[in-house]
Amino acid sequence: MEEILRVKNLKKTFGEKTIHHAINFTLHKSETIGLLGNSGTGKSVLLRCLIGLETMDDGEVWLGKERIDLLKEEAMFKIRTRISYAFQSGALFDSLNVYENIAYPLREHLKLTHKEEEARVSEMLKLVRIGESGELFPSDLSGGMQKRAGLARAMVLYPEIILYDEPTAGLDPVNVENVLEIMRAFKAKGTAGIFVTHDIIAAKKVCDRLLIVDSGRIVFEGTVKQFEESTNDIVKNFQSTH
Amino acid sequence: MISRTRHQLEFIGELVSLTFQTLKASLSRPFYWLRLLEQIVELGQRSLSITIVIGFIMGLVMTLQFGYGLAKFGGTLYVPAIVSLSLIREMAPIFTSLLVAGRIGSGIAAEIGAMNVTQQIDAIRALGTSPVRVLVVPRMVAAMLTLPLLGILATFVGIIGGAIIARSEFDIAYGFYVNKVLATIQLHDVFSCYIKCMFFAFIITLFACWRGFNTKEGTRGVGEAATWVVVRSSIVILISDFFLSKALILLFD
Repeated sequence: MEEILRVKNLKKTFGEKTIHHAINFTLHKSETIGLLGNSGTGKSVLLRCLIGLETMDDGEVWLGKERIDLLKEEAMFKIRTRISYAFQSGALFDSLNVYENIAYPLREHLKLTHKEEEARVSEMLKLVRIGESGELFPSDLSGGMQKRAGLARAMVLYPEIILYDEPTAGLDPVNVENVLEIMRAFKAKGTAGIFVTHDIIAAKKVCDRLLIVDSGRIVFEGTVKQFEESTNDIVKNFQSTH
Repeated sequence: MISRTRHQLEFIGELVSLTFQTLKASLSRPFYWLRLLEQIVELGQRSLSITIVIGFIMGLVMTLQFGYGLAKFGGTLYVPAIVSLSLIREMAPIFTSLLVAGRIGSGIAAEIGAMNVTQQIDAIRALGTSPVRVLVVPRMVAAMLTLPLLGILATFVGIIGGAIIARSEFDIAYGFYVNKVLATIQLHDVFSCYIKCMFFAFIITLFACWRGFNTKEGTRGVGEAATWVVVRSSIVILISDFFLSKALILLFD
């Protein structure tokens, strides 16, 4: 399988505190990997480092054959059309309605006609099953709907990779299933994903591989089956507590 | 002490950096014309009525005070000149700017601060756009275009207020009042008012946007950001007014 993202020896510190010592992993085309770990292990920080929302102290991030960790903020704008970020809360813009939120990246990066834009936004709204909510503002939506609208906005440019930052956190089982279904639909369209979560059950349902972060390092990397059969103490401990 | 000085230097450095980023974004594409228009309408609409009230009251009070003060020396006829000159050179730019700092500056800091704590600023970046270009440039340009007009409006309304009091309290005819005002106010006085207001608008929006971007601690932080902007920008406006006045006097008088 074609490798589209490679992270080499990523190191991140906040002041004296080292969050990540040396993170290494790869992501392949159309693959979804689950990044698991306890709260406070820096999973979200890792995602933010990958698209330059957070600066890293050392290491390399390669998108295909392009090294992206050295790029300046303005050069990263183009990269962020290829790797998108689905925020935990949705992070929808309060002042725009759902339609405008989803259309925002299109208006910024593509010169679409009004009809083309409408078709693309409608496609996304249907995909995340909030087809009737385009005119509503974020404050009118439930938490689950806000997350789904956020997912639609992350997908609207058809990125190569989506970074999912705890998209199922705080949702009831029905909404968790809805979000996972959306992630599967994105995957079916050929989009790779990195799914940050501490929900093992959810991760097993959509991920091809699982990675466990502990004490600033990846302590396990393998398929769901390998994860279930692992004799690694940290993995077993993680399985028993989650 | 060293840590405090370092903190202050970092703060100044960040303001300078934000100024350059804003300048760079203002002079390159894309420019958000629609957002600029929205901000002009927003700023103008929210400040218009209060500017008129403040300007009018300033004119009334200043004419009353100068009128009775100068009457002791037989100088009542100088009231139109003194009031109009004070208004356009000092009172209108200062009061309008302080008003805008309180009303608009705090609003900008709270709005951007709330966006920051709810990850909307991160979302702007993650969607491949610049928060400076999207949020700062339209607000700063709108304020720098609108505040001078509000300052001129406050002067104009103040002069009307002054004329009413001069007529009713000191028996100065409207015609005389208007002639004296027109003879006193020169084009460079209007220019001074304009320059001051533009500079103060720049200070208010710069402080407000910077504080908004650096808001932490959730809703509490948002409230603190709004207060911070009003206090800091008011102090800087008052201090810089002295130096601006001196520079403009050297330039024009």
